[in-house]
Amino acid sequence: MLKVGIFSFAGCEGCVVEFVELLNDHQDWLKKIDFKYAKILKKSEDFTGLDVAFIEGAIVSEADVERIKKIRDSCKKLVCIGTCATMGQPAGQRNFFNDDLKKEVQFLVDRFHQLPKVLSVKEVVKVDAEVQGCPMNDDAFVKVLNGLLEEFK
Amino acid sequence: MHRDLDITIDGVSRIEGHASLELKVKQGVVEDLKLSVSEDKRFYTQAVRGKNALNLPNITSRICGTCSYAHLLCAIESVENALNVQPSEQTVILRKLAAYSMIIRDHAMHLYLFSLPDAFGKESVLEFSEEEMKWVNEGFRVKKAGNTLSTMIGGRAVHPTSLAVGGVASIPKKEDSARIIHDLKEVRPLVLKIIEFFYNSQFSLKQNTRYVSSMNDDFSYLGSSIIDSDGEVIQKSGFMDHFFRVVIPYSEAVGYELEGKDYVVGALSRMNLKKKSLHRDTLKDAASFLSVFPSNNIFHNNLAQAIELLHAVDSSIEILQMDFRLEERVEPVLKEGEGIGVVEAPRGLLYYHVKTGADGLIKDANLVIPTSQNQIRMQMDIKQLVEKLISEDKEKGVVEMEIEKLIRAYDPCMSCATHFLNVKWI
Ligand code: SF4
Repeated sequence: MLKVGIFSFAGCEGCVVEFVELLNDHQDWLKKIDFKYAKILKKSEDFTGLDVAFIEGAIVSEADVERIKKIRDSCKKLVCIGTCATMGQPAGQRNFFNDDLKKEVQFLVDRFHQLPKVLSVKEVVKVDAEVQGCPMNDDAFVKVLNGLLEEFK
Repeated sequence: MHRDLDITIDGVSRIEGHASLELKVKQGVVEDLKLSVSEDKRFYTQAVRGKNALNLPNITSRICGTCSYAHLLCAIESVENALNVQPSEQTVILRKLAAYSMIIRDHAMHLYLFSLPDAFGKESVLEFSEEEMKWVNEGFRVKKAGNTLSTMIGGRAVHPTSLAVGGVASIPKKEDSARIIHDLKEVRPLVLKIIEFFYNSQFSLKQNTRYVSSMNDDFSYLGSSIIDSDGEVIQKSGFMDHFFRVVIPYSEAVGYELEGKDYVVGALSRMNLKKKSLHRDTLKDAASFLSVFPSNNIFHNNLAQAIELLHAVDSSIEILQMDFRLEERVEPVLKEGEGIGVVEAPRGLLYYHVKTGADGLIKDANLVIPTSQNQIRMQMDIKQLVEKLISEDKEKGVVEMEIEKLIRAYDPCMSCATHFLNVKWI
């Protein structure tokens, strides 16, 4: 069985909602996939020994950087889903703030140990595949997942 | 049998691992309780400033993937009010239909995927027996009917593309309506089953609080004025005079109070306050379950959601039988203005207050979301629950599980609604 982890970073979780929508027509995934880490479906803590990690959301804080590196170390393939993960947007709108807006939010950026700039996942770790879209494109996701199910058979 | 206890719970958040619950119990009394939420702030309040008002709906829809329809509709309403745009009657009806599609998808996801495991005493649907799995299969069928409806009216299920300031991009085609009516009628008996299921649930936690919902006479999710359980009617223009923001020093999230006191929004509040205006078919077929309301048991929120699911199905069927004609979109003229939007998101009252400049750019936006409004009461309920369980000398594991169940009953956003608690006992 394909060992999968689904992880959310900064975003709206719409890509994971889209995944749950896809389950309407793909309930066989619940049998074919070993969801080792998927908070949408179960209590999840351990994410070691994954075949695939799906990443939703952008990297905004120091803690995020640590976490995504750990995930990278514990999976064989890392797939970004949605433009927050692939391009850092729209979660990273503060990257385009003018000086006034930047000043306004700086104390929060500091307080929550956010990075100077919001990053896409590939700016931090190696990424094996990307599914674009906001939310992620259904067909592209199904194609990637089917490819992985075949590859790790 | 008083006990001392220290609990730290990590990971109570929509975004994983960013929030915590700290509990200190002395002599069976909760001395300290901190539910802090952090959600990797994305600074939407600032990000919308300087943006064209007509784009606001597409931007704020991205605040929440679970309730994207609610954010979009609320943004549209606030901008239309600011720009004095009067949408046509047909547009309003189609927006109501869009909101019903959201309710079907979202309540079905919550009830069948998140709440059923609690009811069956299982950790997740992945552990369900074949017999229990049948419920989940039914849930997916209900959810799919909602998805088809959302896709038809909004273009897609998350971040819809065809609803905008001034009008809707497309109208339902006769053959699509007929097909969807057929789907909805097919899943209707399943919805009645899930209502009965939650009616029979024994979970209970009684609250002493105020229930708040927006008011309208057709139980649609687009609201006008705001009412509360004491019969007080608050006009939406007076929102900020009655509802006060409370900064929670140890949390990234803010809370809200109504005239200095906690209150609750969501399906339970709506059912408590306006069950009389449910769709007539719902009133008829759910009559024996409706006597439960008004209720002050927060776990009845699930029953209220199930009844709303039926109401959304019935109301959608009625709307889809209407005749629609292609209309010109009302062309908005950019101007200086101020507007308010009030929408019932699946998990409660959503409020937008925007100001536009003469150039039509957003000068200022104030957004109040449901989960922060429930924050203060949720914390009080956890306290009450923990004290009760401690007095009954319950095991740590049971306490943790019961706290999780309680938070889930509130129907918070997605990750919160699933199995998120990571408890560290010290
Ligand atoms: S890419 Fe879009 S849908 Fe996905 S998490 Fe980001 S904002 Fe949400």
